[in-house]
Amino acid sequence: MEQTKEQFKFLSQHKLQTRLSGEFGDKIAKIVMQTVAIAILATLILMVILLVQMSSEAINEFGSDFLTNSTWDPISEEFGVLSFLYGTLITSILALLIAAPISVMVAIFITEILPLKLGQVLGLFVEMIAAIPSIVFGLWGLFFLAPLVRESITPFLKSTLGFLPFFQGPSFGIGILTASIILATMILPTITSITREVFKTIPQHQKEAALALGATREEMIKLAVLRPSFSGITGAIVLGFGRALGETMAVAMVIGNSSKITLSLFAPGATMSSVIANEYAEASAGLHLSSLCFVGLLLFAVTLIVNSAARFIVWKFSPLSKSERKEKRS
Amino acid sequence: MNYKWRKLRNKFFIISLSLAAAICLTPLILVTSFILQKGASSLDLNFFTQLPAPVGDVGGGMMHAILGTIYMVALGSLIAVPLGIIGGIYLSEFGKGGISKSLRIATDVMTGIPSIIIGIFAYILLVVPFKTFSALSGAFALSLIILPVVIRSSEEILKLVPNHIREAGLALGLPRWKVILFIIVRGNLSALFTGVMLAVARASGETAPLLFTAFGNMYLSSSPMEPMASLPVQIYTYAISPFEDWQRQSWAGAFVLIMLVIGVNLGARAILNPSAIKEFFKRS
Amino acid sequence: MSESDNVLEVKNLNAWFGNFHAVKNVSNNYSRKSITAIIGPSGCGKSTYLRCLNRIHEEVPGARLSGEALLLGQNIFAPNVDPVELRRHIGMVFQKPNPFPALSIFDNVVIGLKLQGEKRKDVLMEAAQKCLKKAALWDEVKEKLQKQGTSLSGGQQQRLCIARALAVNPPVLLMDEPTSALDPIASAKIEELMQTLKEEYTVIVVTHNMQQAARVADFTSFLMLGELIEHGPSEVIFTNPKKTKTEDYITGRFG
Repeated sequence: MEQTKEQFKFLSQHKLQTRLSGEFGDKIAKIVMQTVAIAILATLILMVILLVQMSSEAINEFGSDFLTNSTWDPISEEFGVLSFLYGTLITSILALLIAAPISVMVAIFITEILPLKLGQVLGLFVEMIAAIPSIVFGLWGLFFLAPLVRESITPFLKSTLGFLPFFQGPSFGIGILTASIILATMILPTITSITREVFKTIPQHQKEAALALGATREEMIKLAVLRPSFSGITGAIVLGFGRALGETMAVAMVIGNSSKITLSLFAPGATMSSVIANEYAEASAGLHLSSLCFVGLLLFAVTLIVNSAARFIVWKFSPLSKSERKEKRS
Repeated sequence: MNYKWRKLRNKFFIISLSLAAAICLTPLILVTSFILQKGASSLDLNFFTQLPAPVGDVGGGMMHAILGTIYMVALGSLIAVPLGIIGGIYLSEFGKGGISKSLRIATDVMTGIPSIIIGIFAYILLVVPFKTFSALSGAFALSLIILPVVIRSSEEILKLVPNHIREAGLALGLPRWKVILFIIVRGNLSALFTGVMLAVARASGETAPLLFTAFGNMYLSSSPMEPMASLPVQIYTYAISPFEDWQRQSWAGAFVLIMLVIGVNLGARAILNPSAIKEFFKRS
Repeated sequence: MSESDNVLEVKNLNAWFGNFHAVKNVSNNYSRKSITAIIGPSGCGKSTYLRCLNRIHEEVPGARLSGEALLLGQNIFAPNVDPVELRRHIGMVFQKPNPFPALSIFDNVVIGLKLQGEKRKDVLMEAAQKCLKKAALWDEVKEKLQKQGTSLSGGQQQRLCIARALAVNPPVLLMDEPTSALDPIASAKIEELMQTLKEEYTVIVVTHNMQQAARVADFTSFLMLGELIEHGPSEVIFTNPKKTKTEDYITGRFG
């Protein structure tokens, strides 16, 4: 008797109820999350639609001539993006030439040479560069770097490389070279930190294998660190390039805002983002505003292509990510 | 190859690496010391408590801009942080379906969009229809800067939680949403907070998206539908002005901004990993 | 013991990961207040089988199962059974000790009750004390209930996880290699604990350690390539198995 009573209690305690409340909350949670996700997607799509819509006046007016025309004249309402495209590309490429080797070297120094803790400290300092707002760099560029470029860097470059067309002409301090140096400083932490991430994926035993063969540290780094991470580093550099393309304030403050295309790096210029920053608030509605939006749309397209290319490089050509993909599949 | 030659090359290699590190740190030192030197001297209590003096007069401060930055960053975070964390949870916990794949791509795209273009978007969406520059449009632009960063960092953080923790929660007979909210998210609050703070720090230094959304003004404003000053825009306006006193104030503003941004940044990192920091100080 | 003393009756259980047939047609009964060990070479589907029994298996993308498992006569795979509710009746302890991060020892034990809506402090405290005592951890942690669960040693963490599973009061406790991440002394404590748990619960434990199975289990099942080769009282399986495959395995000829 006692036995059955206990059994009855046991049974009733563990009677499974039919499905009522359990997954209701889960369903709501999923609906909320999906709504948020779709809203974010919709915002992005809306952004593209509105940009195209605002640019339509300029697109209809100039068509593909917009890309090949270097005149930008708000008074006679003739607009073309070429000089800004040139300014954007030349400053970004120049910045990349300065920043890429230094960034990769710093990344090697942090991960492979310095002791762990010291490396982390240096890494933190580099990250701090990334935290400095663009406007502060601009301010610094305007009042410190520009005079420096005018008074010491320009004379030095003229006396050594002055036979090249890039290093001729007068310098006002503000101009393409100054903008490039600022940009280089700003993308340095980006490239460094991504390159560090790439290095982190290299297994310790591969480095040890190289050292065990009697390689010097330099040879080990070239063999076991740099070679396998080639595509990752390329991706990091392209991402840095993408960041340089879109950088606005610091460049706008030091580039001089001239829509002339000149070979001289000392001359003032303008980039796609700097012209938007400088003219947008003043542009009266109409063709000028529409043209600026068109410039924005093109800038969006260029950065999108460059950033996608970077991801594609990392994803497609990295041997590490390939093996990871295989692992995930199996 | 000669061993001596190899050793020499190795030494040269390491020296050039250290040189690169030195070059890399030079701008950081130059920028901070320059701002410190120029900014600190024009920094006084008035800077924080007064509005700008009339054009040409010496003195005044940037109280309106500091408050404006706080106002708009707070408003922007209010929009972006909850959405960003929900998005991050969605990607990490339900990251397989079509919607989440598209969200991941959208997040990548948004991270790469130059902030000036976000400014244009906010302008078209919120300035044009209301026919006025407004704090709301500025806050909206900032929220689009914060959003992808928060999504990404939340996803990365929650992905680090091993799967057996989730299963342990489910094995207790808890519905998935409770496991996610009260065990996974709760257990990683400090890391999530760090991601949020890094995003907020980044947004508070942004100038480009505010130039033609919040625009700026010279007085104190609390209405979301009016133009509002912000520290970065104020620094910009003053820096390119011809008045020396304004340029000095610009320095002071930059000093405050850099302290704010780097302070939040370092603080957030400290929260993320207090034990690592303690250990670091114990060992060194 | 009568037929009705079976707490869990598994009938023709099959489980898949995508196209991989991990568990093939397994049937077995588990009676009240007993310990059953499941042994077998690694990859034989023993963990998968265990994870079907509280339907955690379904949480893995691409996983399916078929068959029946009757918990006190109710089919747990029936479409009207909520897996969330089911798991309150069938608890689980995992291979790695996994106390929830950033939760105190106390909160770790009562989180299940708390999130089911139990708010009364005294009820929670009582439950925590009862379960920690059952898990033989009370004396070690009663002074520091507010400390983080992750601050304990590995063996203590595993006992905390057992206490956590007991707190929702399930009649069946599944243990998936509960000692494989622990040192021998901590393992011995868990084994000792399993003996006392048996007085109240039905325990099903997956183990790769045959000595452990022989020491703690009343019954032992031998699984190979997803099939249940043999099931019986442990002393029979380990001393006088009926199938050659079982004999080969326990005498170490393969696996």
